[in-house]
Amino acid sequence: MQEETIKKFMYMNRKAPYGTIYALEALEVVLIGAAFDQDVSLAFLDDGVFQLVEGQDTDGIGVKNFSPAFRALGDYDVTKLFVEKESLEERGLSPDDLMELVWEDEDDDWAEKPSIRIVTRDELKSILGDQDVILSF
Amino acid sequence: MSILHTVNKSPFQKDDLKSCLAHANEGDAVLMIEDGVYGAIAGTAASQDISNAKAGVYVLGADLAARGIAQDKVAEGISVVGYDGFVDLATEHSAVNSWL
Repeated sequence: MQEETIKKFMYMNRKAPYGTIYALEALEVVLIGAAFDQDVSLAFLDDGVFQLVEGQDTDGIGVKNFSPAFRALGDYDVTKLFVEKESLEERGLSPDDLMELVWEDEDDDWAEKPSIRIVTRDELKSILGDQDVILSF
Repeated sequence: MSILHTVNKSPFQKDDLKSCLAHANEGDAVLMIEDGVYGAIAGTAASQDISNAKAGVYVLGADLAARGIAQDKVAEGISVVGYDGFVDLATEHSAVNSWL
């Protein structure tokens, strides 16, 4: 029997949520990919950080507000959302402006833990260097 | 582990090249393709970011030629490669990151 290989998959999000279809499609791909039991993480940098802003309301523009779907990621074992500090700051945002996303750690009595991890550009750079597969959106 | 990054947008229209260069590690390669090749022209607003880059920087010759950019316009330190060179870069690195 061949050992199952777990690869490190990084989904890189660099676009704002509603101007193009990239952000929604990226989230769809992440949810599909979650079925394959890989080591998945997401990065939000450049305009991608706007995807995680709390309080999105798309009623007035006739498109689906897909931001609540980020809350489901934890249930699919997608628990690492790296958000670049510099990208937030350049856009006048702070971590407090982002949705509170958590996952439940079954190894720790289902304690809720934050999924969003704020990282510097240099930290993100080395995280990227550690990936087997990078899918950029 | 090292990554081949491809950039296909003009650096004068989008910040993809800038962001890519800021996130590329030493030993990585950055290949400019399609409209990304405008970033290879010497003496532009993008030149400083490229000369500061730790990664190797490449540009696809066919996309330069298609846009009428002569190879002597390409900034120093950037290597012009063909499709065969593109393939080599893809195989020499463990992953490819297409900056879209």
